[in-house]
Amino acid sequence: MLEGLLIGLQTALSIQNLLMVIGGCLIGTFIGMLPGLGPMSIIAIMIPVAISMGDPSAALILLAGVYYGAIFGGSTSSILLNAPGVAGTVASSFDGFPMARQGKAGKALTIAAIASFAGGTIGAILLMVFAPILSSVALLFHSAEYFALMVVGLSAIAAFAGTGQVAKALLMTILGLIMATVGEGALFNMPRFTMGLMDLQSGFGFITLAMAMFALPEALFLVLKPRDAKESDGDIKDLRITRAEARAIAPVIGRQSIQGFFIGVLPGAGATIASFLGYAVERNIATKEEQDEFGKGSIKGLAAPETANNAACTGSFVPLLTLGIPGSGTTAILLGALIALNVTPGPRLMIDEPQIFWAVIMSMFIGNLVLLILNLPLIPYIAKVLSIPRNFLIPFILFFTLMGAYIGQNNATELLLLVGFGICATILRFADYPLAPLLIGFILGGMLENNFARSMQLYDGVSFIWERPMTLGLLIVAAILIILPSYRARRARIRASGVADGD
Amino acid sequence: MALDRWIGLVLLGVCLVYGYAAWFTMDDMLAPFMRRNPIWPSTFPKVLSILGIIASLVIVTGLEKGEQKIGDIDYRRLWDYNLGQAVLLLALMVAYALLLRPAGFLVSTSGFLILGALILGERRILLTVLIAAIATGVVWYLVQVVLGIFLRPLPFFFGG
Repeated sequence: MLEGLLIGLQTALSIQNLLMVIGGCLIGTFIGMLPGLGPMSIIAIMIPVAISMGDPSAALILLAGVYYGAIFGGSTSSILLNAPGVAGTVASSFDGFPMARQGKAGKALTIAAIASFAGGTIGAILLMVFAPILSSVALLFHSAEYFALMVVGLSAIAAFAGTGQVAKALLMTILGLIMATVGEGALFNMPRFTMGLMDLQSGFGFITLAMAMFALPEALFLVLKPRDAKESDGDIKDLRITRAEARAIAPVIGRQSIQGFFIGVLPGAGATIASFLGYAVERNIATKEEQDEFGKGSIKGLAAPETANNAACTGSFVPLLTLGIPGSGTTAILLGALIALNVTPGPRLMIDEPQIFWAVIMSMFIGNLVLLILNLPLIPYIAKVLSIPRNFLIPFILFFTLMGAYIGQNNATELLLLVGFGICATILRFADYPLAPLLIGFILGGMLENNFARSMQLYDGVSFIWERPMTLGLLIVAAILIILPSYRARRARIRASGVADGD
Repeated sequence: MALDRWIGLVLLGVCLVYGYAAWFTMDDMLAPFMRRNPIWPSTFPKVLSILGIIASLVIVTGLEKGEQKIGDIDYRRLWDYNLGQAVLLLALMVAYALLLRPAGFLVSTSGFLILGALILGERRILLTVLIAAIATGVVWYLVQVVLGIFLRPLPFFFGG
């Protein structure tokens, strides 16, 4: 591990890569603050830049910096304006916004910055410790297990979708898989479902789809319903936290870093679940008088989701780097970027290209440190950026989504596809369909099919499903993951309607 | 019927068409030697179409009941929001897509940014033009010179 760390340090500490981290953090923080642009959209926007750099470690370092910056930036807008731009920072606004209204915006932002830093750093240490173990297990994997594992990942995404949403999330995942079959597959040299259109020969563009699913609907929502940006009168005072406060939040940060990390490792759980769960757990184990504070500006209530959120983001790198399975929409986009850079994340990554793996881990430490150093002095100025007039903000967001799709393919038809898919995605969001599963399905679809086809050819049929116990086990886990939430939702509903359930 | 079930119905149609294409139109084109393969190009789509049909049927029939919650925007009162602006902006994006090649990057992009701001109700024309021009120039420089991706800057009749 020490050797790996040194390799990582060597790569990450080059001037170019340090600049990448700093630049990425700054870009991420500033764009992430704008309501409506979450880490997913920002990373999608930055992908063309990252890909054209050509060096995978530099690209990944840049994107990781953007990712951290965006998460921190997102909490800023949810604390200052109660306008969480990202689902993962919704929980931060529960206690952050009341603090800001009490004139303690500076303190709230400082706590957020420190909690993010601690969560990210502890998460990175855990990643360092656990990723090699996970990946040595992963080396035993066969293409049949890969196929099963991806099914588990896809169904876990659906399972975490929330009550009454499982069918929708599943349908979205399947739709993503269906979209992935358009174009020429790797194993069969035959165009499929192209409807005779040359433009579809190579399938749908991944960036086009990412933009259409996330950035465009967000922008349209901003147009449809302007968020009433309550002016926080700009005086941010009381930056420091007292010793007693630091002592109060220290155990919270410790617990939530670990809990958040392991939730983040689960594919599909991600930062949103981690932050809500962190908030709920800390609220439940707090003392009675502290419990009353929650929701009215409790520092614990702010530190918990912030820490868990960042630790989970780090945790979501574990399945991405060791198994090649993205645990969240953001890491799915990162996976797409990596594949475009000719790096296939998976168990071989640490053996074939250790410098990439370790550089990413080192850049996590550096990125977190840079974020803390950059942001603490910047906090008083950060609020000002939020006042970019909406009239200019929205055309620019739309323009960047168009540019992202165009630069990737240099094909104007992509832009029409982008608008079309964007409208579809907006309608889907109206009806409360989750969009991340669609994109994850789309990205995993190709790999899923290839691994499935490979094991079919090796075993000359589907017998690998029962001949390989691990495959069978994983597929059973996948089935349980899908069935369990709807079963529990059903039971909760029956219980709520007053019918006794037998005990 | 709520919107999510209508969408379920539309997606059911998509899955049916997809399934029809997978089950009945693809296998004829297969070369004879590929027929000996245990997996055909149509195998995976066939499975997907069935799964998709099941999932959309679950939604259409309302088997899984979730609490009806109103999201950020209540689509039943869509007219209360700035729908006109949104539609105009989408039309502007389509126009941009169609004009990007013929009109060149600089003209279409600055036009897009200016018109976009105007649609959203910006009235300081001079400021808008200035911001759009600067942004267009900076982005073009970044993409063309720094990233090295070719973007035709000028309209086609200038030959760029």
